[in-house]
Amino acid sequence: MPPRDRVMNRVALRYQSRIKRGAALANGKVVDAKDATALLEAVIEPGDRVCIEGNNQKHADFLSAALAAASPGKLNELHIVQSNIALPTHLDIFESGIARKLDFCYSGPQGLRLFNLIGEGKVEVGAIHTYLELYSRYFVDLSPHVSLIAAEMADREGNIYTGPNTEDTPAIAEATAFKSGVLIAQVNRVVDRLPRVDVPADWVSFVVPAPKPHYIEPIFTRDPAAITEVQILMAMMVIRGIYEKYSIATLNHGIGFDTAAIELILPTFAEELGLRGKICRYMSVNPCPTLIPAIESGFVEGIHCAGSELGMERYVAERSDVFFIGRDGSMRSNRVFCQLAGHYSDLFIGSTLQIDLEGNSSTATLDRITGFGGAPNFGSDSRGRRHNSKGWLMAGEEGRRDERAIPRGRKLVVQMVETFREGLTPTFVERLDAWSLMSTFKSPIPPVMIYGDDVTHIVTEEGIANLLLCRTLEEREQAIRSVAGYTAVGLGRDRRLVEQFRRRGVLVYPEDLGIDKRMATRDLLAARSIKDLVRWSGGLYDPPARFRNW
Amino acid sequence: MEHLEFKFSVVGNATTAAQASAIVGVVGSGNLEVLIENEDLDGTCEVSIDTSIHRFGATWERVLADFVERHRLSNIRISINDGGATPAVVALRLDQAIADLLRGSR
Repeated sequence: MPPRDRVMNRVALRYQSRIKRGAALANGKVVDAKDATALLEAVIEPGDRVCIEGNNQKHADFLSAALAAASPGKLNELHIVQSNIALPTHLDIFESGIARKLDFCYSGPQGLRLFNLIGEGKVEVGAIHTYLELYSRYFVDLSPHVSLIAAEMADREGNIYTGPNTEDTPAIAEATAFKSGVLIAQVNRVVDRLPRVDVPADWVSFVVPAPKPHYIEPIFTRDPAAITEVQILMAMMVIRGIYEKYSIATLNHGIGFDTAAIELILPTFAEELGLRGKICRYMSVNPCPTLIPAIESGFVEGIHCAGSELGMERYVAERSDVFFIGRDGSMRSNRVFCQLAGHYSDLFIGSTLQIDLEGNSSTATLDRITGFGGAPNFGSDSRGRRHNSKGWLMAGEEGRRDERAIPRGRKLVVQMVETFREGLTPTFVERLDAWSLMSTFKSPIPPVMIYGDDVTHIVTEEGIANLLLCRTLEEREQAIRSVAGYTAVGLGRDRRLVEQFRRRGVLVYPEDLGIDKRMATRDLLAARSIKDLVRWSGGLYDPPARFRNW
Repeated sequence: MEHLEFKFSVVGNATTAAQASAIVGVVGSGNLEVLIENEDLDGTCEVSIDTSIHRFGATWERVLADFVERHRLSNIRISINDGGATPAVVALRLDQAIADLLRGSR
């Protein structure tokens, strides 16, 4: 028999004392902005796991700065568990010694500084996660003791309205509130009555009205004016050679001009092929403005969003048949559900910085830590999937090597890249930079974004390599070389195999798909500028100032 | 600017053009202008290139050799003004120009 006097609610007891210390600074649950640092010093304890909410879009920037202003004498050795390292203050706390350990997903613009801080021993990285992996660990071994979240509004009781950028808030709030953690929300304003409740007041410990609205970036806005003819050619190949062939109805698009080109030729090229109602019907993706023409012309019927996008709020709100809209009339996004929805769809397509001879891809380059974000969750075979669709079954059949093997479906994972990036840097390489990063950081495995055995197709300006139809690793390598253009990898191809590959469908060139390259011009785009997108939206899309060039 | 010249001969049929010449593209950063003319060159193809990016002669030669081979071209003169296009853009422009020459401009 275990001893009866064992205390099994220590965290809850600690929560009570944290709240008592914090309440001294609060009026009800509301704490003045000027007392934010004092509040954090009162409720956080050395060694705590702390989450500062922030993803690609919204950030709890004020609370992050308030934490960075804390005294390292009072707060130190914190373990930061958050998806995104994007703001300078996210790393200031490591520089000053407030934080030591870091478990995260993605670092974007801070990648270079993070790289240096790791080198100096100021940041000890637990792991670089994929989104679903880190959110899952919030409910296993990385539950935050204190979470700092960002929201649009709160009422005086502490109910929270996130607005359309709900993003990661539900996951963080639940993992924190139900594991006796302190949940502090920075809000743009405190009001008497909320449009809707996204986080109920009894989950929320404190509310801090921030002096400025939280930082939010229009990261998913791609100006159609910058789409090139090579991208349009590749988009035509994807629509004919993959979406049409496999009848892709449910999918996720990565962000970038390559996928924006696909979105913008749905109402023109795909419409002429009679593909409306057959392809691209349901998407797991942010409300990218370049999707407007495809939505308006009836291609895309349903979209669930991981986050929102600046300027798209009114357009989205008035398209509740397509988007997920609250009773109040504004969208609710949710990164976890969007990642899950995309994981179980028919296809993922995205870009990358490097692809090796096995088809492994990585966005890690020598001098920076960028991490993965959501691509690995979208871009991997969903082995828990059981419902079928034409494309899923076709891909499974194409990938089946042995007739005795049990029949099963397979997700299509497509990498869409030009053979050279800017500055004539080759996309195809013999060896990923990820290997060097592995040794620099003494990690047991190289940071691969999408594993080669999950990739089914690689599309370049040269053609499509169908890796499902490759019978051996050698064939796979040759198929990859055969679409690698004039990179060193491409020049190393065995030219004798090309015709055989084309006969077997391993290799598909534009002419094999009946594509007239003369159609690959910007005239094919349903919208050629941001202004065109505004017009398509009936004036509902309100682009941020920096995209208004008319 | 760098000036390059190449001459190719492919064993095959004489190219039957629908029109005497075709021009596609514009000179601009990352872009290029391609002029293709059908001309009696003893069955060969002659290429002259003016490019803003130096030291890529070997890549140009490969891209053009593949192009001539792919379309089995003869008696074709190609003139290129390049503003630093990637091989992807070069190959696309060449294919667009030859399609116009062989099938007639659209």
